[in-house]
Amino acid sequence: MMNKTVSLLPLATFYLCAATWASAAPAVDEIVDKANKAAYYAGNDGKANVTMTITDSQGRTRNREFVILRHDSRDGGEQQFYVFFKKPSDVRKTVFLVHKYTDKDDNRWMYLPDLDLVKRIAASDKRTSFMGSHFFYEDVSGRGINEDKHELLKEEDTFYVLKNTPKDPVSVEFSSYLVWVDKKTFLPMKAEYADKADKPYRIVEALEVEDVQGHPTVTKSRVQDFTSGGETVAEFANITYDLGLDESIFTERYLRKPPREVHR
Amino acid sequence: MKLGFARAVGLALAAAGLATGVARAELQTWKDGLYDAYAIDLGGFVEARNGWRLQNDPHEKDASIAEMRLQLEAGRDIGRGSLKLKGDLLGDFVTDDYTALLREGNFLFSPLAAMDMKLGRQVLTWGTGDLLFINDLFPKDWKSFFIGRDDEYLKAPSDAVKASYFHELANVDLVFVPFFNPSDHINGERLSYWNPVLGETAGQNYRMDEEERSSFGHDSEFALRLAKNYGGTEVALYHYTGFWKTPEGLNPAAMELIYPRLSVYGASGRGQLWGGIANIETGFYDSRQDQDGDDPMLRNSEWRFLAGFERELARDFTGSMQYYVEWMQDYEAYKESVTAGSPARDEFRHLFTLRLTKLLMNQNLIVSFFAYYSPSDQDCYLRPKVRYRIDDQWTIEAGGNFFYGSDDFTFFGQFEDNTNAYASLRWSF
Repeated sequence: MMNKTVSLLPLATFYLCAATWASAAPAVDEIVDKANKAAYYAGNDGKANVTMTITDSQGRTRNREFVILRHDSRDGGEQQFYVFFKKPSDVRKTVFLVHKYTDKDDNRWMYLPDLDLVKRIAASDKRTSFMGSHFFYEDVSGRGINEDKHELLKEEDTFYVLKNTPKDPVSVEFSSYLVWVDKKTFLPMKAEYADKADKPYRIVEALEVEDVQGHPTVTKSRVQDFTSGGETVAEFANITYDLGLDESIFTERYLRKPPREVHR
Repeated sequence: MKLGFARAVGLALAAAGLATGVARAELQTWKDGLYDAYAIDLGGFVEARNGWRLQNDPHEKDASIAEMRLQLEAGRDIGRGSLKLKGDLLGDFVTDDYTALLREGNFLFSPLAAMDMKLGRQVLTWGTGDLLFINDLFPKDWKSFFIGRDDEYLKAPSDAVKASYFHELANVDLVFVPFFNPSDHINGERLSYWNPVLGETAGQNYRMDEEERSSFGHDSEFALRLAKNYGGTEVALYHYTGFWKTPEGLNPAAMELIYPRLSVYGASGRGQLWGGIANIETGFYDSRQDQDGDDPMLRNSEWRFLAGFERELARDFTGSMQYYVEWMQDYEAYKESVTAGSPARDEFRHLFTLRLTKLLMNQNLIVSFFAYYSPSDQDCYLRPKVRYRIDDQWTIEAGGNFFYGSDDFTFFGQFEDNTNAYASLRWSF
């Protein structure tokens, strides 16, 4: 998988377009496909409790806590996400729902329980902060596979190193990024973003990987932002795959009535 | 405002201060313990909020808002359902009242696999408008909205039964309100308004009596929604039978404001368009006690329509616009019935809204602006707001409610003397 960086969320999605890359070598193709499935399509569904610690350049920290549920309509295809916020307290019980498509814009909803309001969110710039953290929405939900050109830069002992260059450089703040894909698990372990002056300024990396129900899974990851001097560490607990989540959970009904699965 | 601003803030800080530092950690431990032992999920906040009129209002106090508030929310799963209680303790130094208000007290459960029921006091919302409501005929608290309370308080709770049935063809929501729940409208208590009886702006000097609608069946409300999501395009049909939510009628014999009977038939659609979200909604308001429109004491029937569009304009910067219109039916009959000398309403009330929201400093600073502008009424209402999250507990907010109008009797123009600015400090837990 190349368009996406490191698996921010073991459950996070990733755009897989049916199209293949005529320009890419078959080897790259295969790495992309395997990495995509390893990072984003483990099991048919999944759940994790996520804790984020956001640290600014002056060392002040803020915490975020949420439960994320994921359902795959089709392996490598459409996915749904249900994110139930627990902390900080001013967003407690707020729900973020995403219907992710591979051939059109995602649908996103936000449910504000105090107002009983189901708000529709415009899904445009995905490289904006997710909940004030250093992770972007795109780190959570994936970058379109056709948005970058990919090449196998080199092979190290344990990693394939891929270079990814955006096809539309104006739409993003980076000029390119490198991804290190683990040769054994095919998990993307590190992504390094270079700015317009080709200087690395942002690193997303997996800090810990564990085996969960036979799926190698990132349980701790970190984003470092050298421009602002801050970083965010995300930790994943209670990871479960194949819970048998019903697709109906990812509808308006369950915005108003959170499913049992999001409780502690 | 006997207790005053200084004391209000002092109380807020003292209360919140107690909970900071070591106490904060203890509170978290205690909350976790409460959950572990009794499965009770607790949260809430303490807030001080103060605001002032920016001009003199001959009928009202200078303080538009001065209050201390503690909100507590507790939830617990019981059997296959969940119980929720949410209430506020409010010290209101404008009205010199101390009150306990229950915002939510309800039980949510699924009697059938494809059915949910919510019984009790609850906040209800549907429809597609942004601070404009056509098919959402659930009660609003306009006082809270105009004096600068948190947005949460615009929605007043309903004492209702909500039944929802989920089916492939459509989802059906039925809300039954046994005893009419009116909106908390502007009646002079703390905001001055145009009083058509006096033919002038009034406030505390002239509070009118209101009809009470409290007989079961006779004064019950029903609201129905059929909704379906076609791959991201959400469409809905609505019906409401009940009453105008604000007193749109007058009983001249008793000099009493009344809530005339109302039925509404509506529809809405919402989906993605041009990289943003577009919404459209309409509703026919059938004013059942004045279907010919010739009773000058009751509001005529009308069509309402709105269309809106929202999109991200730049990173962390979102903009949206709406157009809204109220089209009075039987306008000729209305014109003929208006008392000579009284200002007559226009056949069409056009309204535009604009919302701009910018997130700064890792989304901890939120700068927002909302404006209503009516070219037909020649009035507007501006709501600028700045909010900063100091940390995960503390939030400060400042904003204003600015009313302008060429006439004293238009919807927003009548509130001109209530133009105010406010600030608040909140500690959430």
